[in-house]
Amino acid sequence: MSDMIIETDRLTRDFRIRGKGTAALKRSTLRAVNDLQLRIAPGESVGYIGANGAGKSTTIKMLVGILVPTSGSVRTCGLDPHRERRRLAAEVGVVFGQRSQLWWDLPVRESFDILAAIHRLPGADARRRTQEVIEQLELTDFLATPVRQLSLGQRMRAEVAAALLHRPRLVILDEPTIGLDVLSKQRLREFLLTERQTHGTTLLLTTHDMGDIERLCERVLVVDHGSTVYDGSLGGLARAAGSDRILVLDFADATPDLIGIPHTTHLGSDVGGARQRLAFDSERTTAAAVLAAVGQQAQLRDLSIEEPDIEDVVRRIYQARR
Amino acid sequence: MTNFSETVDAPGRFAGYRAVLASRVRSQRSYRSNFAFDLASSGFVGVIELVEVWLLFHQVSVLGGLTFAQVLLVFGIADLCHSFADLFVGHCDTLPEYVRAGTLDVFYLRPQPLLLQLMTSDISLRRITRAGVALAALVIGLSINDIHWSVAAVGLLAVTIVSAIAIFSAMFVWAAGTQFFLIQGAEFTNAFVYGGRYAATQPAAVWSAPLKVLFGFVFPMALSAYVPALWLLGLPGPIGLPTWLAWCTPVAALWIWGFALFMWRLGVRHYQGGGG
Repeated sequence: MSDMIIETDRLTRDFRIRGKGTAALKRSTLRAVNDLQLRIAPGESVGYIGANGAGKSTTIKMLVGILVPTSGSVRTCGLDPHRERRRLAAEVGVVFGQRSQLWWDLPVRESFDILAAIHRLPGADARRRTQEVIEQLELTDFLATPVRQLSLGQRMRAEVAAALLHRPRLVILDEPTIGLDVLSKQRLREFLLTERQTHGTTLLLTTHDMGDIERLCERVLVVDHGSTVYDGSLGGLARAAGSDRILVLDFADATPDLIGIPHTTHLGSDVGGARQRLAFDSERTTAAAVLAAVGQQAQLRDLSIEEPDIEDVVRRIYQARR
Repeated sequence: MTNFSETVDAPGRFAGYRAVLASRVRSQRSYRSNFAFDLASSGFVGVIELVEVWLLFHQVSVLGGLTFAQVLLVFGIADLCHSFADLFVGHCDTLPEYVRAGTLDVFYLRPQPLLLQLMTSDISLRRITRAGVALAALVIGLSINDIHWSVAAVGLLAVTIVSAIAIFSAMFVWAAGTQFFLIQGAEFTNAFVYGGRYAATQPAAVWSAPLKVLFGFVFPMALSAYVPALWLLGLPGPIGLPTWLAWCTPVAALWIWGFALFMWRLGVRHYQGGGG
């Protein structure tokens, strides 16, 4: 037996889908996860990214035993997630951004008490741990508030606390920061970092937020059509994805499309050319050189530089493969 | 380090279920006026059901060999047991909602069996008034009819009530299992769950043979109240339903629970995509 905390071998999952109307009689098969090889060692923190529909959620569901693989194998914390689901539940904490583990009509505090009882945490230990997550996630102000009255940021922090109450060895977070304000994101990330440092918790998270990956993950996995297409560090990901930066240029007047500036690609024009977007390769030219070249052709009024977001990075990785 | 749960003061195996149920009770009682209204309307529904039976006997004095007084006994047992089953596990009906909201996926993340979590995820206290109406009907039925009381009679009544609650509970469970693969399947299963409840309150002697098979044996509705009531009243059973069957209610409960668990497993397998 290996000592990996997550290990899959040719993990595959098909869904049978039916069309509508007369097509309902025909069934087709959609392969959501395809021969996935995943090996994650205890203590790692891994960002699992990919476009919508790339198979992230399906993989997570197989990792925790909600879905059964069509073929291949999966072991989580050394257990068969489906057969040994109840034992695994003690070792894993999961936060689904879209599903709540709290009782919507109960005060936050009571949800924690119930979960402590469900996980059979001994009284003194339950109190100590509850206090710990309350302090670190700064939940004190709304402990007596029913869950349904919480803001999204407050609720997500409470969700994370609920998922980590039983000190799981492995924490899986599916879009934990989606829709959160900057401050809530910050608190959540700090908590997860502390949790890793003090308990050696393994993190696996899916996200659309580059900040989550930068702050939390040492390793990034990019998945496309159910298979891993990139596995490595964040820095390596930027190199693999290309180092294009995007300049958004505002001009005083309508300007013809800026084609032919060295080492740039014209991405598009708005307002009759008064706003244009140019991608430039930061390894071959500089923003200053591009601006100088642009300045010779038009009167520049304002500009901004866009960092690549996760969708862009993922898209470029996908494109590079095809 | 993972074995905290094995230390001496760890909560017991059922502490989690108790904590959930206690929170449901608190939550329902905390909205007092709402709760009072729910109680009243549930009791009102119980009374309407009873009046319906009474109206039927306003037209005929004997139906299926039973007088109104005798039917009161059948109605009392059936409705009392159904109300209790509904109180404890009636919310299994809401499974499609749990699936849509992702609550079911959350059940997978807890170290407890799924079905037990579903069954103990809620409790409908408002049904207590309906059970009260049924209990009143049962007590009146037991006192105005000429029943030869013996140890056997008391024993049969007790066994019947326990078994019938189990039978009606199993009806909710198999219906829930079916919801996994029937989209909008609630209307289909309701025909059996609530149609079954209605059948259980009626004298089965008037049923056609196929109905006797369906609600006598497949879904043992006649065994949950009618046949035991015949035994208590000392009346002969109709064709196909001899009164000695009154003692077989626990067997019927076992059968329907076996069926319910089978359907539940089938449904869960479908949900996980493991088979079918």
